Amino acid sequence: MPSIAKPIAVHPSLHRNALGLTLRDYEGAMSTLCAGCGHDSITAAIIKALWELSIQPHMIAKMSGIGCSSKTPTYFVNGAHGFNSAHGRMAAIATGANAANRELTYIGISGDGDSLSIGLGHMCHAIRRNVKMLYVIENNGVYGLTKGQFSASADVGSRSKRGEPNRMAPIDPVMLALSIGATFVARSFSGDKEQLVPILKAAIAHRGFALVDVISPCVTFNDHNGSTKSYLYTRKHMQKATEADFVPPASEILATIGDVGTTTVTMHDGSVVRFTSVPKNYDPTDRRGVYDYLQEHANTGSVATGLLYLDESVADLHEMNQTPSTALARMPYDKLVPGTAALDELMEDFR
Amino acid sequence: MHQLLRTRVNDFALKLGNVNGTGSASANGLLMQAIFRMGIPVSGKNLFPSNIQGLPTWYEIRVNKEGYTARALDYDLMVAMNAQTYARDVKEVREGGYLLFDSSWPLDPSLHRDDITFLGVPFARMCNESFKEPRERVLMKNIAYAGTLVAILDVDMAVVEQLLDEKYGTKKALRESNLKALRLGYDYAKKHFDPLPFHLEKMDANGDKILIDGNTATALGCVYAGATVAAWYPITPSTSCMDAFKVFCEQYRKDKSAGVNNYCILQAEDELGAIGMVIGASWTGARAFTSTSGPGISLMNELLGLAYYAEIPAVIIDVQRVGPSTGMPTRTQQGDLMAAAYASHGDTKHILLFPANPGECFDFARNAFDLAERFQTPVLMLTDLDIGMNDWVVPRFKWDESYKPDRGRVLTAAELEKLPKFQRYHHEDENYVAARTLPGVHSKGAFFTRGSGHNKFGGYTEIPDEYQEVVDRLLKKHKAAAKLVPAPVITKRKGAKVGLITIGGCDAAVREAADILASRDCLTDVMRIRGFPFDESVEKFAHEHDSCFVIEQNRDAQLRSLLLLETAIQKDELRSILVYGGFPLSARHVVDEVRRQLRVKEKKGLRGSEAPQSWEE
Repeated sequence: MPSIAKPIAVHPSLHRNALGLTLRDYEGAMSTLCAGCGHDSITAAIIKALWELSIQPHMIAKMSGIGCSSKTPTYFVNGAHGFNSAHGRMAAIATGANAANRELTYIGISGDGDSLSIGLGHMCHAIRRNVKMLYVIENNGVYGLTKGQFSASADVGSRSKRGEPNRMAPIDPVMLALSIGATFVARSFSGDKEQLVPILKAAIAHRGFALVDVISPCVTFNDHNGSTKSYLYTRKHMQKATEADFVPPASEILATIGDVGTTTVTMHDGSVVRFTSVPKNYDPTDRRGVYDYLQEHANTGSVATGLLYLDESVADLHEMNQTPSTALARMPYDKLVPGTAALDELMEDFR
Repeated sequence: MHQLLRTRVNDFALKLGNVNGTGSASANGLLMQAIFRMGIPVSGKNLFPSNIQGLPTWYEIRVNKEGYTARALDYDLMVAMNAQTYARDVKEVREGGYLLFDSSWPLDPSLHRDDITFLGVPFARMCNESFKEPRERVLMKNIAYAGTLVAILDVDMAVVEQLLDEKYGTKKALRESNLKALRLGYDYAKKHFDPLPFHLEKMDANGDKILIDGNTATALGCVYAGATVAAWYPITPSTSCMDAFKVFCEQYRKDKSAGVNNYCILQAEDELGAIGMVIGASWTGARAFTSTSGPGISLMNELLGLAYYAEIPAVIIDVQRVGPSTGMPTRTQQGDLMAAAYASHGDTKHILLFPANPGECFDFARNAFDLAERFQTPVLMLTDLDIGMNDWVVPRFKWDESYKPDRGRVLTAAELEKLPKFQRYHHEDENYVAARTLPGVHSKGAFFTRGSGHNKFGGYTEIPDEYQEVVDRLLKKHKAAAKLVPAPVITKRKGAKVGLITIGGCDAAVREAADILASRDCLTDVMRIRGFPFDESVEKFAHEHDSCFVIEQNRDAQLRSLLLLETAIQKDELRSILVYGGFPLSARHVVDEVRRQLRVKEKKGLRGSEAPQSWEE
């Protein structure tokens, strides 16, 4: 993907995070997406989340597949390694990378074509393995780079720019993820940075696979009347299920636990997510309740947003495989090779 | 009379016809191992169906004091334990040979042959009388026929008892019932049969050699290479490779004091995922591999192209089986040569390794990681079902303590600190390899790994010159690997004008064929190719001979095609001998076809290839 470098200029008044870095240190190249693309807002939210979490840029791994969404890792954290892989395969590649080096913070950026069609299997299995990573689906219901075909997330009846209606049922990544044991499920809207930043931070702190489905309207191919993934439609039909607040490990928790409609979940790293449920009795830790709630909403055509489900109790890939706390990739060879004596002894078993 | 004919010692072949899923494998393995322990060169070929229970399965054992281990096609003794294949099994016994059968039921008189000797033992009846449980009766029938074979072939009973001791150790009841069944067959044979005209005698030909299959050897090679991440999707005939890797990891890679595993094995959702995981793990600097077979290679094509173009190491073990499509999953072939060499769309070329036996599987597996990291590219090691799943007698594996893995050109944080600017695909070395960086080391090493068009700086490009500069270097890099892959093994005979070129598991049959041909005044030199790209000696060998036969196990002469595509060898310099029905190659296939083609050549003055002949078995 073509990209344009940004001029380096740091204003002295810019805020610095715990590492002494400014927001500029988390930026990438200039976006070459269409003006007004929802993806660019998500990029901005990711930059903010990473900066606020004070993660060392070189300890971040930016993973993506192919598509408009998959271009966006170029636009954030220049100092991080990126892997713009193949269409649909990012989840598998990220799984292997994570297995080999668990010390990195994995930011996976995908789209609805990448995740819900060609790469659906890989995404599902990464969820099942509970690979610790942030997995963002920049969901616009349409194939942009190939000029406007419906994706698998397009709603029934949603119309393409040429006026054709979609007749096939959509794959809802949120419902799908919940049904296969996902441990962190969120949905947001690219136009709502206030909601998105704390969700992204919580997702990065999460013990395992964190799915964040972000409705991100395509201004070129899917922002017209008749589309159910346009800015207008989403703003009109968005309904918040929760408002999540992310509190880093060292901070004092001000919430009063036990408040009506407030749930507090302590993350694996000691940070805290404090939910305020918008509808009465919405409990983001009750998988079945969440499922029912979302099903009801889907039937009325509204889009439930927020950090919808969270379970910090499930082991991630490394805990399941009992790997060491340091990266396998960094393990010295002499710790891995059994040596001559072991081989000589083993050979006796083959006599 | 038989006593007089007891002339053939340690030189015969037997075939055992069984029903799969009845436990015959352990009886057959017991015999094979006992013969091995007697110091006699022996080879076993398991010809099994793609099925769990109920279909025909055969096991062939060839005993040869000269050490020839290829498959023999003439059976001196048939053990016919499967009524479904009885008619066929009776036919396959050589003239003057023997057939051992279960005489609990009457023989079909129409299948009788006058030129062979029928040896009937009431295995089922004896086992039904001696054992209570239905499953035990079935299992012990196998041990009973093993007992008969011990008697009529002169297998050392002490060795067999020792093997049962080792196998069952503390499980006394199992040991006792096995011994009892063994005795049933043994005593019956001793009482009713004369000794056979061929038999076993202890030798000392095996020294400290081992009996091992290629998949186990490959897995061990991966452990010794320091592989930490393995991702795979179950597929015959490669599954036992990952199974063995797991067993070895549990043995050698568990850090008991810390309670952790210094490895991670991922059973992927499919082969696309498996190769993706390997590439992801290698990208972060781990040694990672996958094991698969032809259908898996087909699926991995997409990401093999990514790893080739983005220059990421990866090791792929391809245990070949019969294609195309699902083909015959439990039969052997060398049908993936072309698919592996050029796997993926666009201009791609991969480094390939072709081991011929478990010993080379162990060495080449380790070498594959060195080459993959040295050249920052996928390396595919092509074995096959015969090498991978059958037991072979090979010299014991040795380990060189001074071995240091070749991690290739990887920049450290300190090196990056000193660089004015890191440029991923620039400043290549003598092998046309540029230094890479790993994530998590230094932000100065950060770049975008991509399968899209890129220039030497690692940046996206759609500019023709910039694109070509990179792919042209990749071609030179591939050529540079020719001198670092294992060199061909060339065996020369003085005055030979005919060359035999072969690959992988054909080795034993071709070497035996060359000896047989030499005894019939047809001198041949043999070259076994062990790696791709080909080094100069390959081309030289072809030019040095009046005509060369390329012997391989696929229909389309894929090795020959690869030689013609990648060297200056001319089409008419290479003839083909192709055996691809799914069973391992035999020397007879080679001898007959070399002689036939040479006769035709003499008659017609022809040079070059002609329609290959296929064999029916």
